[in-house]
Amino acid sequence: MSLVLDNISHTVNGESFLSNINLTLESGSFNVLLGRTLAGKTTLMRLIAGLDKSTEGKVILHGKDLTDVKIQERNVSMVYQQFVNYPNLTVRENIASPLRIAKVKGSEIAKRVQETAAILQIEPFLDRFPLELSGGQQQRTSMARALVKDASIILFDEPLVNLDYKLREELRSELRGLFKERNAIAIYATTEPHEAMALGGNTTLLHEGRVIQSGAATHIYRHPDTMEAASLYSEPTINLIKGRVTDSGVSLENRVHFAMRAELEGLPNGDYMFGVLPSHIGLAPNNDDDLELNMTVELAEISGSETYMHVHNAHFELIIQLNGIHDYHTEVPVKVYLPTHKLFVFDLTGKTIQVPSSIQKGAS
Amino acid sequence: MAEIRLKSLAHSYKSKPTSPDDYAIREMNHVWHQGGAYALLGPSGCGKSTLLNIISGLLAPSNGDVLFDGKKVNDIPPEERNIAQVFQFPVVYDSMTVFDNLAFPLRNMKISEDKVHSRVIEIAAVLELSDLLKNKAKNLTADEKQKVSMGRGLVRSDVSAILFDEPLTVIDPHLKWKLRRKLKQIHEQFNITMVYVTHDQLEASTFADKIAVMYGGQIVQFGTPRELFEKPNHAFVGYFIGSPGMNLIEVKKTKSGLKFNNTLVSLNPEMQVALDRVSTSNIKIGIRPEFVHVWDDKAEGAFECDVLHTEDLGTYKIITMKLDGEVLKVRIHEDRAVPTKKAYISFPEQWLKVYVDEYLVDIEEPEDEEKETV
Amino acid sequence: MQRKVRDNKAWFLVLPVFILVAFSAIVPIMTVVNYSVQDIFDQNTAYFVGAEWYREMLRNPALLDSLGRQFFFSFSVLAIEVPLGIAIALVMPTKGRMAAVSLILVAIPLLIPWNVVGTIWQIFSRADIGLFGYAVNALGIDYNYTSDPTAAWLTVLLMDVWHWTPLIALLCYSGLRAIPEAFYQAARIDRASKWAIFRHIQLPRLKSVLVIGVLLRFMDSFMIYTEPFVLTGGGPGNSTTFLSQALTQMAIGQFDIGPAAAFSLIYYLIVLLVCYAFFTAINQLDKAK
Repeated sequence: MSLVLDNISHTVNGESFLSNINLTLESGSFNVLLGRTLAGKTTLMRLIAGLDKSTEGKVILHGKDLTDVKIQERNVSMVYQQFVNYPNLTVRENIASPLRIAKVKGSEIAKRVQETAAILQIEPFLDRFPLELSGGQQQRTSMARALVKDASIILFDEPLVNLDYKLREELRSELRGLFKERNAIAIYATTEPHEAMALGGNTTLLHEGRVIQSGAATHIYRHPDTMEAASLYSEPTINLIKGRVTDSGVSLENRVHFAMRAELEGLPNGDYMFGVLPSHIGLAPNNDDDLELNMTVELAEISGSETYMHVHNAHFELIIQLNGIHDYHTEVPVKVYLPTHKLFVFDLTGKTIQVPSSIQKGAS
Repeated sequence: MAEIRLKSLAHSYKSKPTSPDDYAIREMNHVWHQGGAYALLGPSGCGKSTLLNIISGLLAPSNGDVLFDGKKVNDIPPEERNIAQVFQFPVVYDSMTVFDNLAFPLRNMKISEDKVHSRVIEIAAVLELSDLLKNKAKNLTADEKQKVSMGRGLVRSDVSAILFDEPLTVIDPHLKWKLRRKLKQIHEQFNITMVYVTHDQLEASTFADKIAVMYGGQIVQFGTPRELFEKPNHAFVGYFIGSPGMNLIEVKKTKSGLKFNNTLVSLNPEMQVALDRVSTSNIKIGIRPEFVHVWDDKAEGAFECDVLHTEDLGTYKIITMKLDGEVLKVRIHEDRAVPTKKAYISFPEQWLKVYVDEYLVDIEEPEDEEKETV
Repeated sequence: MQRKVRDNKAWFLVLPVFILVAFSAIVPIMTVVNYSVQDIFDQNTAYFVGAEWYREMLRNPALLDSLGRQFFFSFSVLAIEVPLGIAIALVMPTKGRMAAVSLILVAIPLLIPWNVVGTIWQIFSRADIGLFGYAVNALGIDYNYTSDPTAAWLTVLLMDVWHWTPLIALLCYSGLRAIPEAFYQAARIDRASKWAIFRHIQLPRLKSVLVIGVLLRFMDSFMIYTEPFVLTGGGPGNSTTFLSQALTQMAIGQFDIGPAAAFSLIYYLIVLLVCYAFFTAINQLDKAK
């Protein structure tokens, strides 16, 4: 039992929105579509829901071609970015609405509404109207409406993006729990790698209408196929620096040199792109082989418990992710330490050649 | 120049407030010093927008005073308060060019056209808008529009404070940090008091030297980003700052420490003494997920927990554990091994906080902080 | 990649509309075109006369007079109703009970049937028993719309202003309500004068509703018939005979079907042309910015 997207392409007025999408999503699975705005996430969801018809390819559910099946007969539900509820109906009636349309018995409706409301913790508000509720409660209501009917496919189109981050945290951790016992196929679109990883499940990385990579949540983080995948799946984005390997060692941007080390020894001489994750760079040396760089602070962004530092020198820019609070003014000189044993290596076409061994270990 | 002082300020939208719940702003005394970069941080509905409107003069407070440099301004309308405000959604005069937008406040003050010209050119350069001066404001991108609306405040030499109301809401995520940087640079360059209202801890901590955290119509802590993280003064601050927020567990006082269910958390003697004077039953312990110590194995004094699940976020992991019926979140670095089924944790004394009636029990010597008095 | 949809189903879906439009617009217009090129004596006797009626109509002084009157009237209507409507919208209260009361008061003239409007003003303006007519005469101004062409013309104008300014006012009122509060707050902080607020915030944001308002008012006033017909019957003399009334007289009063048909089509083209010119001008103005 599964949902198969068979070679789907979608073109509108000559502009390609999706090209050659091939995916298989199993029943009972939680799937994340990760991609920036305009990557094609919403387009793909609309095709699955039946709101649009793809120009090429098929949507096959449980072996049955859905291409010509109308949206009303597809048994899908969808949660949107905006809090979409019926303003003139109470929360109870909002949740009940899909069941009423499906002509479910009254007693059954009451029972299921109660159950779903309990799961989403909106029982106290059942008799209120959506606009009297906070944003988080409104979005819980629209989620309840999507969950109350036994849909075979449930689509979430960036449902948390309009909520405060604390509410996001809460709803996100609850959301995974909701799907443990369901046999539905959940598809969740997000722009944030962090959210994709927090939700876990299967992740499909979309970019400009193509599938870049697909796999278990942390698999892409630990084994990106390409430089594109590594940079789309890191937050803050992985730092990329051009470098050259010669007999005497490695030079970055022809300026910063360091001696060849065991991890990079297998590399033939030539030009490469080196990647280093923001969290791997520090303000103090961790290892003997850390490369000391003199940089200038552009901005220290502080996020409550972490600091993201944007630094630069004449040749490249780096983003550094630090635990705790590090308060820097702009344009201040700072020494940073780049661990040469934690470098990703990509060839100039963007294919991954090597991933640092310390990261791969994390998979255990 | 402006120091903004709130004196016994309170506000209710009801004409006859009866209970404290009727107040959007509960009585507060607060000072923003001249030239500081401040943030007003809190969840939606905490009263921060109300407070901002009171400061700008768009709303008259029902009790207390607003003082600018010691002068009461309650009855002075916004246009005479020498403040500028940047709103959530960019406000530009669509039909005018960028130049005319920036010149608008000056022209309204009947300043000579050549002075207007030089001032606009100067401010446009600071905001990196010089190339756009001839463009119609209508066709600008959201971040450019926000710069224009900020520029209308900066051109006025009489402006001594700029208020920001969630100014980055409509800005593209990847442009946000650039605008944050611009804001910070402008603050460093101009000697202007800036107050930035937001619900986002990243915006607040990046911009401000000191943050006022608002909750339930009150400022529950006024401190640096570091203080909010390391020493939250109120249980709400602990929860609200950091992701995930602080673990908070309700406990009961005993002679040998604090107890929840069958677990006893021992305290140092000073804390024990401090708690002896407490009569309320509302006591909580709090510890941040970052500061929970995870042992590799059973250890002396470590609590045994059940591991419920692990969120792998790549560079770190968040483990949800159950300790004697209470759920805790613990954050560990990606290089650390993840405990399976059972974990052994302890709470380093330095990071274990005690909250009585939601407020921190502070037993440390007070540092030489300026004590604000009104 | 692109694959054209070779499906003609869509045409079937719009077919009913075509049929409807054909019966409601195209067929009647073609009938008029047919009449306009014939000299019709009775049901069975008609001669093809080509463009003769058109030539005659364009030389007909009575018609040219009423065309001139019509333009003058329509532009006067716009010149008064648009600024007045905006002014009313600006002073209408926005909050509380007064907002609802003022909305109802302003909307009342719009709810009255057109012929009743004519009747009301006919009585209202009478010098002997009408409140307005009597009051004006009491002020020492000699006013009698049944005998004085200027007075009659002004009365028709006044009646139209009374009847239709509320439409502009309501359109502008809704346009003003759509301006976010932050714009006013920002303007106050920028120390903008009331005039500057109007000029730079309110007016630019009223543009789209004003375009609709002006178009509606132009077309409507250009085709005005009922109210002056009831009020003055087109008199005294021909002073308030507007195009549609002249046309009706010709077609129904004198049964000159051919010339009347030619005239209708000229009339129709003028309305289309003015609306098109107006619309294009506004769009060009928009692009220029």
